[in-house]
Formats: sequence, C-alpha cells, structure tokens
Amino acid sequence: MSFITGVGLTSYGKHEGSSSLDLMSEAAALAIADAGLRRSDIDGILCGYSTVSPHIMLATVFAEHFGIRPSYAHAVQVGGATGLAMAMLAHHLVDANVARHVLVVAGENRLTGQSRDASIQALAQVGHADYEVSLGPTIPAYYGLVASRYMHEYGVTQEDLAEFAVLMRRHALDHPGAQFHDPITVADVMASKPVALPLKLLDCCPVSDGGAAFVVSRERTGETGVRVRGCAQAHTHQHVTAAPRLSELGAEIAIGRAKEASSIAISDVRYAAVYDSFTITLLMLLEDLGLAGRGEAAARVRAGHFSRDGAMPLNTHGGLLSYGHCGVGGAMAHLVETHLQMTGRAGPRQVADASVALLHGDGGVLSSHVSMFLEQVR
Amino acid sequence: MSGSQGMADWTTGEGAIVYQSCASCGAVQYFRRAFCAVCGVPNPQTRRSTGRGRIYATSLVCRAATPEARAHVPYNIVLVDCDEGFRMMAHGEKDLAIGDEVVARFELFAGRLVPHFTRDHRE
Repeated sequence: MSFITGVGLTSYGKHEGSSSLDLMSEAAALAIADAGLRRSDIDGILCGYSTVSPHIMLATVFAEHFGIRPSYAHAVQVGGATGLAMAMLAHHLVDANVARHVLVVAGENRLTGQSRDASIQALAQVGHADYEVSLGPTIPAYYGLVASRYMHEYGVTQEDLAEFAVLMRRHALDHPGAQFHDPITVADVMASKPVALPLKLLDCCPVSDGGAAFVVSRERTGETGVRVRGCAQAHTHQHVTAAPRLSELGAEIAIGRAKEASSIAISDVRYAAVYDSFTITLLMLLEDLGLAGRGEAAARVRAGHFSRDGAMPLNTHGGLLSYGHCGVGGAMAHLVETHLQMTGRAGPRQVADASVALLHGDGGVLSSHVSMFLEQVR
Repeated sequence: MSGSQGMADWTTGEGAIVYQSCASCGAVQYFRRAFCAVCGVPNPQTRRSTGRGRIYATSLVCRAATPEARAHVPYNIVLVDCDEGFRMMAHGEKDLAIGDEVVARFELFAGRLVPHFTRDHRE
C-alpha cells in the first residue's frame, strides 16, 4: 500500500536566474512540508532529467545539493511519462519496504535556460537519428502526423482539437501559477500560427520553467489519505515510424492493465488528469482511455463534460497546454492538482467529488504510457 | 558492415530506399539491424525498394528548429506505407493526401539527400 502524502509545485513560465536544481529544490521543500515531514525523513529519491543541465547522476547531484543522504536514489527517463512512471516506482518501492518516504522531484529552467530552438531541437531527438531526424521533423510534426491520421480515420476536425486548447486555458485562468492568463476562443486557436499542420501554435503546449514534487509514503500523514490503488505501463514503440496502428496504441493497453491491478472501472472515476502535450494528445488519450467514445471527445468538451462542474473534471489547473510544460515536471503538475482536488484544497478550482482519480501520462510519440488510479481515504 | 547489409541508401547519401526481409519468418523491417526484430534470426536480407507506396499520414512543418531546415519551410513530412510492406518517414509534395499513391525521388534538404514522394500516376 502507498499514499501520496505531500505535493509541491512552483508557478510555471519564466523563472529568470533559477537553475534546474533551484526549481527542484523549491518544489521538493514544498512537498516535504506539505507531507508534514522533515528532510531527514526522506530515505528515497527519484528524479527526472533536465535537458538544460544533463547529468548522468542527477538524483545524487540533487540529494547532495538539497542535503539528503537517501538509502535509495536514481533518475528515471521515459519522456513525458517520467513523472507518473516515478510515482509508480515509488509506490512499488514503499510497498516493498525498500523505502518509507520517497521524494519524487523534477524541475527545469527549460524556457530561460536555453533558446526555444535548442529546446525544439533537443526534443526532436526522440526521433530516429538515421531515419527521421535528418528529415527535419519536430515534436509537433511527429504529433502532427498522428493527428492527420486520427482525424482521417475518425472524422475529427481542427475545430474539434481547438476545443481542448480553449478548455485548458479556461481552467488555467483560475490558477495563479499558470503560464497563461488570457482567455482564448476556438477562432483564436484556428487563427494561430501554423507550426506543424494540422497543429497550430495554440494546439501546442509552451516551453516553461518550473518545478514539481511529491512524496510517496507507506503510511498516510494527513487527515485525508490519497492512496495509490493501482498502476500499469505499456511501451509499444519509440519512433512514430514504428508505431502500431491507432487501435493498438499503448494507452489502451496500460489502462487495461491498471484496471486489472486496481479493480477500478472507468465508471468509478470522478476526476481525470490526462497528458496534454498537444490538443491531439489529449483528445486521443481520452478516447483511448475510455473517457469518451471514439470520435466523441470534442462533443463532450462542448457539452461541458470535462469542465470543473462537469461529470468528469479534467486537468483543472490548465494542463500542459496552459499551466505549462517544463519537461518532467510538466505532467507532475497534473498529479499535484489531483492531490489538491482529492484533499479538498483546490480553492476556486475545487470540484464537488474527486474521490477516485485516473491519471495518464505519455512519453515519446505515444510510445510510453503509464496509467494510475488514486483513491481518497478518510 | 559487410555483404548485403552494407547496401547504400539515402541515409548514407545514396539515392535509394532499402529495407530488410527475414528469410526465416518473412517479416520486413525498415530500420537496419543485424537481426530480425520479430523472430530474432540474424542476417536479414537487405533489398532495394521500388520506392512506391501509399500516404499514411502527413504534417506540413511551418516552424523548423535549425537555420538549415528553416530555409526549406514549409515542407511536408509524410509517412509512407511502401509496397514491400514497411512504413517510412520522408518528404512529400505539399498537397499530398492520406491514401494517395506515391513514388519516391530524391532531393537535397539541409545539405543531405532525402526521399521526396510525389503522386504516382500508375496505369
């Protein structure tokens, strides 16, 4: 058994002068305090990576910097799925008595620490060095390819995709830490600069500075417990060229395994936290996970289904699309927000019922998937 | 590399597309390896593709990350299902649509020879 006992999150956007370690430290201190623990209580550390400050031993670099001597520590790299993969590993580590309190932390000054070109170029390297990267694709292009096919097979339109950007922006308006605070419309998304068609600028998450952390513990420390009910992964390919057909992607496999591991059904879920690097990512994952029928996710957005007061509130902090994306910390913000919702601390964003939550992360080009169910325990 | 594995293709500056075929299980693969990724048997045969296929997906890149690539924007990145049974990434004419039958020629992009697909007007 394991519980998420504390969470910490910085604002996302520009943190001029802050290093990756600074942002990690800020988020880690917040999470440890939130769990009601001291630094010395932490005996395990899992951290992500920083494209700005790559290091072969980032977890021990962080541990030394932060002032912890853990009995278990290393970094994890699964692209955008890293945050949830670390949560899953932390769950298993405390469940197996390897550690009592595992600090999961990530942070990166991805926006101010390097040029946008450098970020785009670094990320494009998830492509195949010989057979893809030399063709000049970008991450938006990899997802643009997937989008074109999904739209072709299921009759999804660019306006449908735009609904998700609008929804995430609307949610971000109520979070002071979000990178973007100006409301947008479907027309704004449609008129935004083309990046890798069918994806336009507002279909894409931004590059951000930020940090996020949480503590996973064997016993709950707070009044309301947030328990990990079950989780699972699936990895079907790395490169988009080698991806299976749309009906065989990893999200469906991971969620199937997670349902089995947790004995939870989609009909039990009250809150959803789903990876949204691009509008197409969010639309596809919602449909792959069974949170909407095939080709029906956009209609559900229009009907208010995924709004804060809807039947399935989704990414109420604004997601990667509008809260921001600082790399590994990006999707960890989804878990932080879920924790706030489940412990009744989401303030103006609080939903009526977040008793059971589904989280899903994706890394690469829909390559690596992690699904996780959290449950409120009083 | 030696023998058929060393057959030159566009990734090494030659105007050709090659793929591998497993003599044991019959699987075909595009990314070069010393073994078949389906059954693990070593030394799959390297074959030259006709360069004909069908468009699986497209994305028109309008924002590139390097100065060399920026000189070419917008350029169309496509996934092509080749007649021999493998999928590949390439460039293509800007107005290609999913399902179009295409054939490869080769063009310079950012100083390198890359496959560029155009509509194939088959009889």
